Amino acid sequence: MSFEPKIVAFCCHYCAYSAADLAGSMRLQYSPNIRVVEMTCSGNIDHRVLLNAFEQGADGVYVAGCLEGDCHFLKGNFRAKKRVQAVKKLLDEIGFGSERLEFYNLSAAMGPRFAEIANEMTERIRQLGPSPFNKAAGGCTAKEGEAE
Amino acid sequence: MQTESKLQKLLDSGHFVVTAEIGPPKHASAHGVRHHAEMMRDYVDATNITDCQTAIVRISSIATAVHVKDCGIEPIVQMTCRDRNRIAIQADLLGAYSLGLRNLLCLSGDHQKFGNHPTAKNVYDIDSIQLINAVRKMRDEKVFFCGEPIKEHEPRFFIGAVANPFADPFEFRVARLEKKIEAGAQFIQTQCIFDMERFERFMEMVRERGLHERAHILAGVTPLKSWRAAKYMQTSVSGMIVPEELVQRLKNAEDPKKEGVDICVEQIKYIKENIKGVHGVHIMAIAWEEIVPEIVQRCGLYPRPKVE
Amino acid sequence: MIIAQQKPVKDIAAMIADCKKVAFIGCAGCVAVCLAGGEKETEILASAMRIMRRLEGNPLETVTYLATRQCDPEYVVALDEVVKDVDAIVSLACGVGVQYLAERFDKWVVPALDTKFIGGSVVHGIWEEKCGLCGDCVLHKTGGICPIIRCSKSILNGPCGGSQYGKCEVSKDVDCAWQLIYDRMKKLGKLDKLLEIQPFKDWSKSRDVGPRRATREDVIIE
Repeated sequence: MSFEPKIVAFCCHYCAYSAADLAGSMRLQYSPNIRVVEMTCSGNIDHRVLLNAFEQGADGVYVAGCLEGDCHFLKGNFRAKKRVQAVKKLLDEIGFGSERLEFYNLSAAMGPRFAEIANEMTERIRQLGPSPFNKAAGGCTAKEGEAE
Repeated sequence: MQTESKLQKLLDSGHFVVTAEIGPPKHASAHGVRHHAEMMRDYVDATNITDCQTAIVRISSIATAVHVKDCGIEPIVQMTCRDRNRIAIQADLLGAYSLGLRNLLCLSGDHQKFGNHPTAKNVYDIDSIQLINAVRKMRDEKVFFCGEPIKEHEPRFFIGAVANPFADPFEFRVARLEKKIEAGAQFIQTQCIFDMERFERFMEMVRERGLHERAHILAGVTPLKSWRAAKYMQTSVSGMIVPEELVQRLKNAEDPKKEGVDICVEQIKYIKENIKGVHGVHIMAIAWEEIVPEIVQRCGLYPRPKVE
Repeated sequence: MIIAQQKPVKDIAAMIADCKKVAFIGCAGCVAVCLAGGEKETEILASAMRIMRRLEGNPLETVTYLATRQCDPEYVVALDEVVKDVDAIVSLACGVGVQYLAERFDKWVVPALDTKFIGGSVVHGIWEEKCGLCGDCVLHKTGGICPIIRCSKSILNGPCGGSQYGKCEVSKDVDCAWQLIYDRMKKLGKLDKLLEIQPFKDWSKSRDVGPRRATREDVIIE
């Protein structure tokens, strides 16, 4: 059974997003399952966005911020990390499981690392199988009515 | 102010008194309490009866005091502010006095967090100093806490309070003791003394203020059974100071129990002979009541004086 | 301000287990400031509840709304439309807000928060209790430090014998309020004030007399 995970990567403009660019110019192969969302800073991440990504059918989500000490806005990456941890805790509490969410640190120069993370996360989600919300649809996203 | 208390008569006539402590049991039989009381009867002048100490449920102090009195010892009823509001306190005071109990020790009480009902709601309607003051007014002004007159048979307790020379802020401890005496405390029992130097400094300040002439101060001592007990008090009981030398002495002892008794006897003798203004000793043999007679005897405090 | 904290999500879920459509109502007052029941917390909770229910195969429909204040009838009226067709209302306000919603709507109204105390921020993300709401302030006697709530025994003639090294007997993490009072009075040269015996407190101004009321005649609109 072939399952192609749908993974959303929230990437900081100053590091991960540039690293993705670099990976591209270096012609590195990495998992095509990643949907990159550019952020002004990983510190902009909001608990709600992460939860909504899962509600909307993501099988995996990760946030990638700068190396510790290198945040363009000083502490955004630390804050992002804490928020990701808080959402992971919540996901465990509500029985969704926290393994589908992760936080990474990397720099703009780390093109190969970007590719590695993309592959790593894809492999992890492949092992886990489709999100509980996608299981019925055999891996496809079934969009359910949102409140708003 | 004179009361019917034998303890007061002894203290007022200048005797060096000996009091001990009996902890009520966690069940509904007074058998053990009576056994301890009979054993101590000839060796102490009075015994404190604790009021659910460390917030653990036990036979009430008043009920236990009646058993103890029945065995021939004058009890000192402890009354904490933790479990009763001013209505319940007064009801118990009237009841205690009607049962022939004449000594009352007023305390705030250990926080319920330490006991076997940590989720209980505490009361603390009034504090220990307010309690002392109100019990004094019951006796001297014949009024209830609210000011309403007690028409007849007002309770006339010999009023005691506690002082802890080892708690902080140290400089304020003597001032607060004065506040208690001002409120009406006639005798004071201190927390267990292990740090003799600090106690001496405390007593120096007490004498400076002349407090030893306004109230009878009884020094609290505790015989320790083992170095572990000493260590526990040193690290886990707040408001205690246990010097490391003491722990080591017990640790190195061949017979720690004997060493514990030796230390206690030394302490009592030292206090009696060297520290002015101390009018007696209060032996808190926690869960070791049997040892009290031996300590009293070895300190040369036996036999106890008689009161006519 | 009033400090509240969210109940465990499982407990909230249990309260609305038999509902199909639920309104999550936040409050932009105190609980928004202490990050327990503002807009963001309301949406996160609603999202968590939807996910949880979907995992159980029993999807939950949610509506979210942020009331300016749940403790004011005029703002509660505005919710009439929002809650019209829901089976239950989850209030993310303090206990006051929950009661205002329950009073207004003939619906199952449940609390998402535990109302803890009134206090203020220590740093962002940490709050501390400061006032015991006793109705008869004594701060002028205690150097601006409240013994009613900051002393674990509410002692007015402190400190008790459990105060050591500046900490309360209850925990080494808790400052002894009376040590703080002593230090401050000493600094202000007012230690003599602590020698006065403070009389019994009039607790009738505190709880135990039914709900208290406060009135300002001059501002009541006829």
